[in-house]
Amino acid sequence: MSTKNMNVEKITELFSRDLIVINMGLEVFADTLKKEGGRVLPMDWRPPAGGNEKLSSLLKRLGR
Amino acid sequence: MIKVLVEKDSYYDSVFLMLIASEVKKVPGVEEAVVSMGTEINTELLREIGFGCPEIEEATPNDLIIAVEAEDDQTLEQAFEKARELFSRKKIQRESAEAYRPVSLDTALKMMPEANLIIVSVPGRYAFREARRALEGGLHVMLFSDNVSLKEEIELKRLAAEKGLLMMGPDCGTAVINGKPLCFANTVRRGGIGLVAASGTGLQEVTCCIDELGQGISQAIGTGGRDLRPEVGGTMMLMGIEALKGDPQTEVIVVISKPPAEAVARNVINRLEETGKPCVVHFIGLAGAGSSSQSTGRVLYAGNLEEAAGMAVALLQGRSYRPRTFTLAEAEVKRLVEQEVAGMSGRQKYLRGLFTGGTLADEALILFEREIGGVYSNIQTKPELLLPDPQRSKEHTIVDLGDDLFTQGRPHPMIDPTIRVDRLRKEMEDSEVAVLLLDCVLGYGSHPDPAGAMRDSIVRAKEKAKQRGGYLAVAASVTGTEADLQDLQEQREKLESAGCIVMPSNYQAAMLALRIIQKGGGS
Repeated sequence: MSTKNMNVEKITELFSRDLIVINMGLEVFADTLKKEGGRVLPMDWRPPAGGNEKLSSLLKRLGR
Repeated sequence: MIKVLVEKDSYYDSVFLMLIASEVKKVPGVEEAVVSMGTEINTELLREIGFGCPEIEEATPNDLIIAVEAEDDQTLEQAFEKARELFSRKKIQRESAEAYRPVSLDTALKMMPEANLIIVSVPGRYAFREARRALEGGLHVMLFSDNVSLKEEIELKRLAAEKGLLMMGPDCGTAVINGKPLCFANTVRRGGIGLVAASGTGLQEVTCCIDELGQGISQAIGTGGRDLRPEVGGTMMLMGIEALKGDPQTEVIVVISKPPAEAVARNVINRLEETGKPCVVHFIGLAGAGSSSQSTGRVLYAGNLEEAAGMAVALLQGRSYRPRTFTLAEAEVKRLVEQEVAGMSGRQKYLRGLFTGGTLADEALILFEREIGGVYSNIQTKPELLLPDPQRSKEHTIVDLGDDLFTQGRPHPMIDPTIRVDRLRKEMEDSEVAVLLLDCVLGYGSHPDPAGAMRDSIVRAKEKAKQRGGYLAVAASVTGTEADLQDLQEQREKLESAGCIVMPSNYQAAMLALRIIQKGGGS
């Protein structure tokens, strides 16, 4: 993978700003950030298409 | 007696469910309890352990399954009552904590358009899709999930590189961004040392050693363990280094990884040289590194995790680094070794390293392999020394108990140390064991009292050795800081009160164990 002309401005910009986090998955990670005084939006994530594999792969193919 | 309950459309995350299961198991008379979502793997596991029934056959990954085996009806009822109580407590907690929790990423981004990073820890099969969406939405990503294919990782990192975004992971357990610990991380002070690491507990150990030396962290970027493979080419490591180059807070850069392919290693070193900042590299176990660290211009090579921290702090303070093995004076180490071997019987000759942190196990294994060889492990690269049965130790053994082999359907031993307590029970019956080597990882995500959880087992193991006419030595280290949720000093004292010798780092604990084995009863 070529990384010769790396563009990292957005990363250095992140380092100079407040961290604002979306947490998708294990709730304990959102709790951690809250304890550390961080801003975090915990999601109520669920498996796509209610966990229905066939429907999920169909949606994936449709690009949704 | 068995009872299985399936609750439709009721999704909870795996860590929460494992905690419920362990609470239900504590109800007296309960023999087995599984609380999980109805994924294919989970339903298969349930069938295997005797919970097969028509209800679970129809369950989807969005359905909650509670399965309990107990000695009688009344106990079953008590167990389900306990589970119901815990779930309803969670519901109340959720409802009172936040107004609305978005289900989709699109909604989350609308609710918080200023968000700049996402932590993704959904099951592996869904992780790629969600991480890709997040990158497309302009978010830096920390992908905690594992079971993401190498092909998917390459695609995610290519997209991240194109967009100039961080793509930490997959399987990235630790990072500290802008002073905020993410996932499994310690509360370290802020300072001038920036790190990029392809190793979670390696990053924890180095940042904690830096903190112990009175210095701090600017940023600690995790890349996931496969980043330096030739196929991925160190994409995120190289981007991380470049970002730290441009970060005015970062004065010294530290890189930690298992030894990469030569071409990748060369790229990493070149990129570090180009930063113009002093740098430290620790390629875990790479031949040539070690106490005779060699310097290539601006880049110093460290021989172990603690040394990486020591070198970085020396560079930050503008002084030269003095290599040393032990913090204690050599005479004191000798005295300790003699004290520990004095009571051993002639039968006692083997080491048993029981680790919860993967890189800490690696570090110990590499040291013992180099010094005495023939160490069995579940993480051995030599096929002839792979443990035939990972559940049973053989001669000198070092196990990484966080390996998938041990954690199928069970929480990682850093979250719940039961796996290690069970293993300690087995080791204490083996009269040939001379030394136990243990880690104890503190910080967010970790168990609230890991030292307390294993203390009784250590005491019992020592008593059993004594009853057999021997003496069991136990060397340990605690990876943590004064600011961690768990009280660092108290954790150390708990281990010491059980008769452990607590060393200042994992490397020193492993070195002490090595000295004891070399001097010990059986040799």
